[in-house]
Amino acid sequence: MTGPSIAGPAMRLRGLVRKESLQILRDPSSISIAFVLPAILLLLFGYGVSLDARNVPIALVIENPGSETGSFAASLVGSRYFAPAVVRDRRAAEQALLAGEVDAIVVLKGDFARRLWSPAGAPIQVLVNGTDANTARIISGYLEGAWQKWLAQYAMDQGRALAPPVTIEQRVWFNAEVRSRNFLVPGLIAIIMTLIGTLLTALVVAREWERGTMEALMVTPVRIGEILLGKLIPYFLLGMGGMALSTAMAIWVFGVPFRGSAAVLFLVSALFMLAALGLGLFISTLARSQFVAGQVAIIVAFLPAFILSGFIFDIASMPRAVQLLTHLIPARYFVSSLQTLFLAGTVWPIVLANAAALAVMAAVFLALTWRKTRKSLE
Amino acid sequence: MTGRPEAAALEAPAAAAPVVALRDVHKRFAAGSRTVEALDGLSAEIGAARITGLVGPDGAGKTTLMRLVTGLLAPDSGSIRVLGLDAAAETRAVQASVGYMPQRFGLYEDLSVAENLELYADLQGLAGAERRERFERLMAFTGLGPFRTRLAGRLSGGMKQKLGLACTLVRPPRLLLLDEPSVGVDPVSRRELWEIVRRLVGEGISVLWATAYLDEAERCHEVLLLNEGRLLAAGPPSRFSARLEGRTFAVRGEEAERRTLLDEVRALPQVVDAVVKGRDLRVLLSKQAEPGYLESHCRTLQAGRARVTGVDPLFEDAFVALMKEQPATSAGRPARGGPSSRGAAPARTKTAAGRPEAVIRVEGLIRRFGSFTAVDGIDFQVARGEIFGLLGPNGAGKSTTFKMLCGLLPPSDGRALVLGIDLRRAAAVARGHIGYMAQKFSLYGNMSVLQNLRFFASAYGLTGKARQERIEAALEEFGLFAYRDAVSETLPLGFKQRLALACAIMHDPGVLFLDEPTSGVDPLVRREFWTRIDAMAEAGVSVLVTTHFMEEAEYCDRIGIIYRGKLVAAGTPEELKAAHATPQLPEPTLEDAFVDLIGRYDSEHPR
Amino acid sequence: MWARLVALIAKEFLAVWKDRRSRAVIIGPPLIQLLIFGYAATFDVNHVATAIYDEDGGLAARDLIARFEGSPSFEIVARLTREAEIRQVIDPKRAILVIHVGQTFSRDLLARRPARVQLIVDGRESNTALIILGYASRIVADFNSDWLKAHGEIAPPAHLVVRSWFNPNLESRWFIVPGIVALLTLVVTMVVTALTVAREREVGTFEQLLVTPFRPFEILIGKAVPALVIGLAEGTVIIAVGVFWFGVPLRGDLPLLYAGLFLYILAVIGIGLMISSVCRTQQQAILGAFLFVVPAVILSGFATPIANMPPLIQDLTLVNPMRYFLIIVRGTFLEGLSAGLVLERLWPMAVIAAVSLSGAAWLFRHRLQ
Repeated sequence: MTGPSIAGPAMRLRGLVRKESLQILRDPSSISIAFVLPAILLLLFGYGVSLDARNVPIALVIENPGSETGSFAASLVGSRYFAPAVVRDRRAAEQALLAGEVDAIVVLKGDFARRLWSPAGAPIQVLVNGTDANTARIISGYLEGAWQKWLAQYAMDQGRALAPPVTIEQRVWFNAEVRSRNFLVPGLIAIIMTLIGTLLTALVVAREWERGTMEALMVTPVRIGEILLGKLIPYFLLGMGGMALSTAMAIWVFGVPFRGSAAVLFLVSALFMLAALGLGLFISTLARSQFVAGQVAIIVAFLPAFILSGFIFDIASMPRAVQLLTHLIPARYFVSSLQTLFLAGTVWPIVLANAAALAVMAAVFLALTWRKTRKSLE
Repeated sequence: MTGRPEAAALEAPAAAAPVVALRDVHKRFAAGSRTVEALDGLSAEIGAARITGLVGPDGAGKTTLMRLVTGLLAPDSGSIRVLGLDAAAETRAVQASVGYMPQRFGLYEDLSVAENLELYADLQGLAGAERRERFERLMAFTGLGPFRTRLAGRLSGGMKQKLGLACTLVRPPRLLLLDEPSVGVDPVSRRELWEIVRRLVGEGISVLWATAYLDEAERCHEVLLLNEGRLLAAGPPSRFSARLEGRTFAVRGEEAERRTLLDEVRALPQVVDAVVKGRDLRVLLSKQAEPGYLESHCRTLQAGRARVTGVDPLFEDAFVALMKEQPATSAGRPARGGPSSRGAAPARTKTAAGRPEAVIRVEGLIRRFGSFTAVDGIDFQVARGEIFGLLGPNGAGKSTTFKMLCGLLPPSDGRALVLGIDLRRAAAVARGHIGYMAQKFSLYGNMSVLQNLRFFASAYGLTGKARQERIEAALEEFGLFAYRDAVSETLPLGFKQRLALACAIMHDPGVLFLDEPTSGVDPLVRREFWTRIDAMAEAGVSVLVTTHFMEEAEYCDRIGIIYRGKLVAAGTPEELKAAHATPQLPEPTLEDAFVDLIGRYDSEHPR
Repeated sequence: MWARLVALIAKEFLAVWKDRRSRAVIIGPPLIQLLIFGYAATFDVNHVATAIYDEDGGLAARDLIARFEGSPSFEIVARLTREAEIRQVIDPKRAILVIHVGQTFSRDLLARRPARVQLIVDGRESNTALIILGYASRIVADFNSDWLKAHGEIAPPAHLVVRSWFNPNLESRWFIVPGIVALLTLVVTMVVTALTVAREREVGTFEQLLVTPFRPFEILIGKAVPALVIGLAEGTVIIAVGVFWFGVPLRGDLPLLYAGLFLYILAVIGIGLMISSVCRTQQQAILGAFLFVVPAVILSGFATPIANMPPLIQDLTLVNPMRYFLIIVRGTFLEGLSAGLVLERLWPMAVIAAVSLSGAAWLFRHRLQ
């Protein structure tokens, strides 16, 4: 070793970080990936992705209009969940359901008024389009709520006490109005950060190989760790900038409450960013060509993060084998941390477990990358 | 520039201990299913404080050797000692005192000149006053001072090369490795680079210079000639050429009959090699040739009388002789003498006989990119059966002109007509009359040779029996038969080039466009290639070729020099050389003429 | 001309097929993802981690809790004894639902006073929360009607009889698996097309192609046919797996489904080739493909209904071919969609395909440097 001065490693790192930062500044695509992309995606998805049905088109078939049917119809019209169209003919309503013009049909038969208070009670027939099972379930839930409200009101108007023996008192913690945006937006941030972290770095190492600059770097006294750190630091800062922007938008644009500690959010995000960048660098190092790195990034980063992270689909309800698989997806831990930090506050058992998992993943990806990028062309 | 480079040939300094010593080095790579022996028991030494040229055909193992010396690759067996250290075991120490410029210079194109230098200074741990001083010196040394803030990607090839060199010199290395530094660089820059490297050697730095240019090799102190991973010969270039004393001749015949003469001379059994060199043919005879062999045969040629004079052998002759005496093995060297123009070829319309028919006509061609004018009013014509060369430094506007002619780029103003047609507007079938060979041999790399040929044959509308015959003829003629099922990207460079040409002329085009057709291929392949082109021109095909190999320009009937978007000179190679003859230099080479012309133009038209 | 075109198509097939890595990319991951996502992507909630906090301990309370225990939707993971423990199980997600039966439950019930059951749900995943509450209220409603019957009380004057068409058990897999046909076909077709032109431009073969007598639309056909064949083959495999492996009913006409698939792939090919020919480098093409695929998937109705989106974003989805194909594929699978209704979704995809394909063909020649 012709020992470099003490300042050697620091100086080399400074040079690499400066080089990478300049390249980022010169190439508008990196800046736009880090800032413009999350802003646009968050706006698009924050508003676009919602599981809350509003003004669901339904057909209300009233075969024999009267005061009873009128009061039931009024309760549906008054609900913000439904946009009912009243028809006389059941056939027409079924046609509309087939054509997708309405999502459900509520039928009050001709003998509705007469059968009220009969021992068997009057049936209210509901037909939902079950194709979208989730929406169907939500709609029938809404209808049930409307029915119960009407029932209580109607009984009171008739001067009869009508109370079910057991009533449910529901408390939805952390998200009292059950706004799906409150849980979707933190999840979206995790998805978007996965995309950005992976995209930012997936191409950069491959690019150095393709342009032949890696070969020139390797014959200088620089160490592999320094090359990787030199890439990690600027993209880490860039990614954290994008994260800060997304968090600010979640709080001030989408009105998602933030109940946790900002410092913990920063820490978890930092760990996640390291894991995502590590994954990107790993893909990049293995692929050595931008073409393959790009294809792999689309398939490895986006789709699993979308479907297996628990962002929309409940992990606990997946088959056991698939649940195990989700543990390999960094976004899974981040989605869970963000939902907790935003809505529930700093719940240490969750935050710590997720942070530990992210730290392990970051360490594994970075170590693998470090091992794969030997200072050699083989 | 100080005079002719040959004049600057170096006196070998007293031999010191070698800086690099290789002992029985083996290195294998897996290429697909087979293993390639990149270095096959190589032993060699590289002397201190001198320039050692590393020469050899493509795939000889030059780049592998460089990478082994820098420790970027480890040998499978054998030892490599660099500056007294083991390159494989003490890699970091070796890398601390070695400077290496890889083939594409290793520059960050989106960083400026100064930023690239800063980066390498940081990496090399150069700080403070030492750093400032070194930068000043390097800027002065390379003449990059005025371009400090320019992005490396915007530099010309020559400037990139100098910046790449400056970056490797930030901390003065004891050993400098340059991997084909002059590929894609114009002659002026090549000369400047040579001067810089010479001065470095004066400071005690040892240099290993891999090159495909044999005139460069000739100027080195020592040459290592590699072939198929083995050392074929080593020593000062003069020793190489000395072996050929009395075997090299210049033959001069009628100007108009030059190509016929060439064919006939090549057909003589004792002729190892014959090439066009200006007005003359340069001929190399085999060892067995008796004295007076050439003179006696030249009297009986159809091409008329030819005068034979003996000339001094060059390194190039030695290279060709050595390579051709090698038994043809896996790389499949071209057969002796290479292909010849087929006898049945129709006589070409003589330029001398009346008004030639202009096949390519360029009138007032202009192309702007934003505020930058890449091509600034170019006019020229190419006649039937003529080879017209477009020469010029990188970024001068050659490729842009070329693309407009092929209909790949619309001109901003002016006209570019091929066979009287504007290819950009013409019906697609009109493109069936032209053949096109792009810079990097644009073949479908993952398809086999046969699949490529079939595709291009069909693309040009050949079907059924005609197509089959044409493909078989191409396989035969280009010696590709043994490779017909090989995946084309695994072919040696020379074969890729043959295949690219075979594809481009599948349909017997009347006009052939060749964009830098030989860059990066070794001298033997280059010769073989030109023999084919000559034959085609003889058969009446008009050829437009861009190049920055001056040696190649000698093969052209006429050349046009493009510089800063303008056609600054046009004429036959002889006319251009004559126009730039000076009392000091009565017989300039084309390269001399080029350098002189550019210099004059720059002084007359300051930017 | 036909021979020329056949040669071009054959060449494009070879280009995809002979590259070992891209062959792997278009065959392996989509099939693995089909299986994983088919199981993973579900809105059905089961085995909900539930904690019981029973302060009453009476017979009625135990009966109610037993109903939860007996349901496959719930899994009792803890029994709590103090109120403070509720937070301790919900916060770290040990339980998502806590059923709290108050001290006076049995007494109230017998005294004909409304007996309250408190359900505490973790709202961090509000969709899951809503579904859980729905399940729970079903169980309580059943309990109520059984109680009323057993005690000779009158039933409520009217009751809901809910039936769902097309998917009687509301299995969300029936909804998701046809969606995966659209999702994976989109991704595969995009990966095949988005880089082709950009790669040929980078390597230089595209210029070579442009100087041959090929017309732009021939090049277009050459690039489109392999992608179309690959897309159709991939789509067929996914449809088959959906029907035979996941058991999703296929009620509609296959020809209608294939008409939809055909136009859908064509539209995606057009968009992919357009991205590819606009971009100078492969890197840009990769980014471009990402920027199309991600919003196209999220704003297609694949996971969340388009009807829930604000009007502006709903308008934006009109140019998304996946939106139309999702309706067709789900409709033909589950609803047996009629030809007229399919046609209504076919023509927008035809328009998108026509515009994007001709745009791509125009760009081949006009996008040079």
